Amino acid sequence: MSDSETYKGYKDPALSTMKKFGIRVWSDAVLTTDDDSFEGIVLPRSETADGDHIVIKMITGYNVGLRVDRIRDAKEVGFKEAHYKIPEKEFPYDPKKSRVVLLGTGGTIASRLDYRTGAVIPAFTPGELYGSVPELADLCNLETEKLFGVFSENMGPEQYITLAKRIGDEIEKGVRGIVVGHGTDTMHHTAAALSFMVQNSPVPIVMVGSQRSSDRPSSDAALNLIHSVKTAADCDIAEVMVCMFGPTSDEYGLLHRGTRVRKMHSSYRSTFRTLSDIPLAMVDRNKFSYLRDDVHRRRNDRDVNVNAVFDDRVGILYYYPNMKADMMDMMVENGYKGIVIAGTGLGHVNKPLYPALKRAQDAGVAVYMTVQTLWGYAQMYVYETGREMMDLGVIPLQNMLPEVAYIKLGWALGQTDDLDRVKEIMLEPVNGEITTREPYNGYLVFQGGIPEVDEFVSEIRR
Amino acid sequence: MYEFEFKPFEEMTPEDYATVGFKSGLEVHQQLLTESKLFCRCPAGRYSNTFHAEILRHMRPTLSELGEYDGTALMEFKTQKEIIYRVNKETVCTYEMDDTPPFMMDDEALDIALEISMLSNLSLVDEVHIARKQYLDGSIPTGFQRTAICGVHGRVPYGDRTIGMIQLGIEEDSCREISDVGHRRTYNTDRLGMPLIELVTEPDMKTPQEVAEVAQILRKMMRSTGRVRRGIGATRADTNASVTGGTRIEIKGVPKIGMMPLLTYNEAQRQWNLLRLREELKRRGITESSFTYTDKDITRILRKTRFTPIADAMKEGHVVGAVKLPGWADLLRWQTQDNTVFSREIADRVRVIACLTVLPNIIHSDSMSETLSGAEWKEAKNALDCTADDTIVIVWGSEQDVETAKKEIAIRAKEATIGIPSETRQALRDGTTGFERILPGPQRMYPDTDLPPIRVTPERLERIRARMPVQFWERQKRYRELGVPEDAIEGLSISPLAPLFDEAVDTMGFTPTEAAVMLWRYPRRLRRKGWHYDDFRTDDIRGILMAVKDGRLTLDGVLNTMRRALKNGFDADALPPRLEKKDLTSFIEKAKQQVRYSSLHSEDNIPNLTLDRVMDEVRGRIPGSDVAEEVAAYFAKEVQA
Repeated sequence: MSDSETYKGYKDPALSTMKKFGIRVWSDAVLTTDDDSFEGIVLPRSETADGDHIVIKMITGYNVGLRVDRIRDAKEVGFKEAHYKIPEKEFPYDPKKSRVVLLGTGGTIASRLDYRTGAVIPAFTPGELYGSVPELADLCNLETEKLFGVFSENMGPEQYITLAKRIGDEIEKGVRGIVVGHGTDTMHHTAAALSFMVQNSPVPIVMVGSQRSSDRPSSDAALNLIHSVKTAADCDIAEVMVCMFGPTSDEYGLLHRGTRVRKMHSSYRSTFRTLSDIPLAMVDRNKFSYLRDDVHRRRNDRDVNVNAVFDDRVGILYYYPNMKADMMDMMVENGYKGIVIAGTGLGHVNKPLYPALKRAQDAGVAVYMTVQTLWGYAQMYVYETGREMMDLGVIPLQNMLPEVAYIKLGWALGQTDDLDRVKEIMLEPVNGEITTREPYNGYLVFQGGIPEVDEFVSEIRR
Repeated sequence: MYEFEFKPFEEMTPEDYATVGFKSGLEVHQQLLTESKLFCRCPAGRYSNTFHAEILRHMRPTLSELGEYDGTALMEFKTQKEIIYRVNKETVCTYEMDDTPPFMMDDEALDIALEISMLSNLSLVDEVHIARKQYLDGSIPTGFQRTAICGVHGRVPYGDRTIGMIQLGIEEDSCREISDVGHRRTYNTDRLGMPLIELVTEPDMKTPQEVAEVAQILRKMMRSTGRVRRGIGATRADTNASVTGGTRIEIKGVPKIGMMPLLTYNEAQRQWNLLRLREELKRRGITESSFTYTDKDITRILRKTRFTPIADAMKEGHVVGAVKLPGWADLLRWQTQDNTVFSREIADRVRVIACLTVLPNIIHSDSMSETLSGAEWKEAKNALDCTADDTIVIVWGSEQDVETAKKEIAIRAKEATIGIPSETRQALRDGTTGFERILPGPQRMYPDTDLPPIRVTPERLERIRARMPVQFWERQKRYRELGVPEDAIEGLSISPLAPLFDEAVDTMGFTPTEAAVMLWRYPRRLRRKGWHYDDFRTDDIRGILMAVKDGRLTLDGVLNTMRRALKNGFDADALPPRLEKKDLTSFIEKAKQQVRYSSLHSEDNIPNLTLDRVMDEVRGRIPGSDVAEEVAAYFAKEVQA
């Protein structure tokens, strides 16, 4: 074993103390201080923790840290290395069931703990998944492939492209449905990317994650996984969708269109919401409840259009009052080809930015306007200021979400440098990223505390 | 070796307990007196049965860091419960509902936990590591309790020996169960997340009486800090017991310390009698390896029964199952605890694991009366080819639940050939215990990845050590030496006002009796009027004592002043000025007038009634003895005149 394994995570002075007394990680050791002695298994230490303590797991299962300057003696009385293992059972094959492929990108949809770093290691093979969520075998014949092992925040164009191509391959091979396991933080960015890169899919492409890691009994992971695999196997909607909890209760999942969905709470289970529109369907263990008809239906052909390109010289400028022109100039000077502004209200920025808008226009940078209110349309013609900005080349994107606009602009610029063509691509909706009308129930952010709202909340399970 | 037979509770002697090898330990849970809950900023100690929303969850077992599923976890998963949480917006936030990660541990709570660790002579840890302890019964919405060890290996004196303390943990309190019917369990969440410590003793208690005595000592020791909660549910204890050849069994939720002796007696008796049952089974040739059973669906046979529980099940379209235990005749009537027989062990398992919660949930052929008809029993027995040596157990419910139940009946019966199954048991009102769940092992502990370890600095420990109370038994010794009235000694020694006693006697110059009256008797009187210990602000009480010492308030005015201070706080400058004897004449004349207008039995009462009225006016501003003298002098003068 290498030193780094033998003393995993330990730094001086703890490291030298361990070496001095001949104890190592996984030693069953007795540590003696001035007034007492402690017995337990020496655990690996988190890389970010200090070097002043040794951590042991006592027989009771509790971990405690002892300061090394108190340790007078230490003795190894045994050695017990822990092996993380998810009970792996062979995923049963049933010729009557259809083939679903789960593509992994990282994230915590099913996992085990690495308690050296405190990180959660994904459980991923069909056998591991079957071991922790046996219900999956009732739904399909599952195959899995781990494409990357990155956290949500590290997903980017390179991964979008690989993922899109891989999905295209599977569809051409005749898969019944695709599930993409993904961290939740940027799931809606990837959902948008796949919506643009994989068009006309004959089968569901379902993105799923969890808000509570699956190492905890109350995790939403198992149910999300069941819902998403069921969707991939049986759902009639052949679109890129996000499948996550509807309410915080373990009741049903929602299928959100990949271009209209957004993570709206840093930690709630029910964090994903369809904005300015309604979700496509509800899903539970037994059934789908379709909420609308204007969806792409499942087909039996394998005709999919994959257009996996991306120019990453695009960015989002989140406008705030008193923003200086240099914020935008910096982007232009640094060679950005496209800028999505998240403007205030109907799509506004202040006058001092106008010269910068002009410079961007002259430099041939594509500038688009979305709204930071998230709900509603950029309607720049309403006010004088909006009209002035349109004269400076800013193109309103109606009710396209800022993150979706960012992804779409990168995808459009990946196809062409011709700004007129880019404009056509941007304004021609692929799948609902711009809608012509917002239904009255597309914006329902209830205000807690209002008596009738509280009454409503008390009667339904959230 | 199992010849000894348990005697009635009152007749058991210490020697009898030594014969069976009785051993018992305690886990005392004590809520801490903090402003906030342990891992979020919700207010602590607010309880309410009203709720504004309900949330539904399920619990799935997960792997421990060593890669094993825990026994309890699997059992709870078998039960497939729907868990409903009732949420009150005043007492619960998104943390308790597991929709927000934890906030850093409440510092005040950790200070108190460390303080009580020091009082228990524990070796303190230098880095507090927060662990997750799995609870799949749903009593905590995350599915685990956040808990951490503050100290290990302590000792607390008891008589002429000491009792070992295994550890002290700090943890968040769980939900209160409202109901558990069928596959649905409902919890109130108001108590969830309250800071709690758990002090665990070694199994050093040798008789049931000792268990209660040690529990009292620990409870008082915690209270002596003045930083723990009091009142219903604020102090709760679990106790564990075992006999030679038995298993350490935890009895959860003991409502009163006074019940501990009977509960531990019954648990010891249960274990002893189960071991005797094992001997009997062995005598009949039934061992772990030879144990067999058969089971069968007998719905058809009982379709027309008049036995109501099964007849009702038939109406629901449920099924009836039977399990034959060959060679077990009469053994389901084997006594386990007072008024309790072995069939209860089986019925309990069926209730908890198969979710057949409506009782009776089983019947068996060792006790046939008032259930099925003779003909039905006969037919049922025939269906399973029973002989007179066999016992059959019958269970009914939904197909899936009956399937689980039949397996569980066989599992429990087979365990009788092995010994005492590891489980936790709940305390019942009659002093017996009932099955609660399979005992969880250390596998259910794993580190909390949401929170970093907390370093316990020497400076922090110094600060806490400086404020630590003197042990209550030391205080009692001192009070006795000082001649404090006997009735005040016990209560004062664990009162949050006890530190003021030393100040009052040592620096303010009060006599021990005066101090005890002001700091124990008066507060007790006020508490009987509904005031709570937490309402007494030490600074106010100290201020009142100082006012007495400075002569601005008399001793007999202390009680009234305390009462006012509880309501409005105490301000020494707002005390009315002292009175001299000469100031009393106008008060006496006014009072006499009022007395004269009231209806009197006898004129002789006038001086006393006048005195009472004057006292009401001037109490605290002049000693009562002075008032009495003046009133007496006044009336004496009147008589002369």
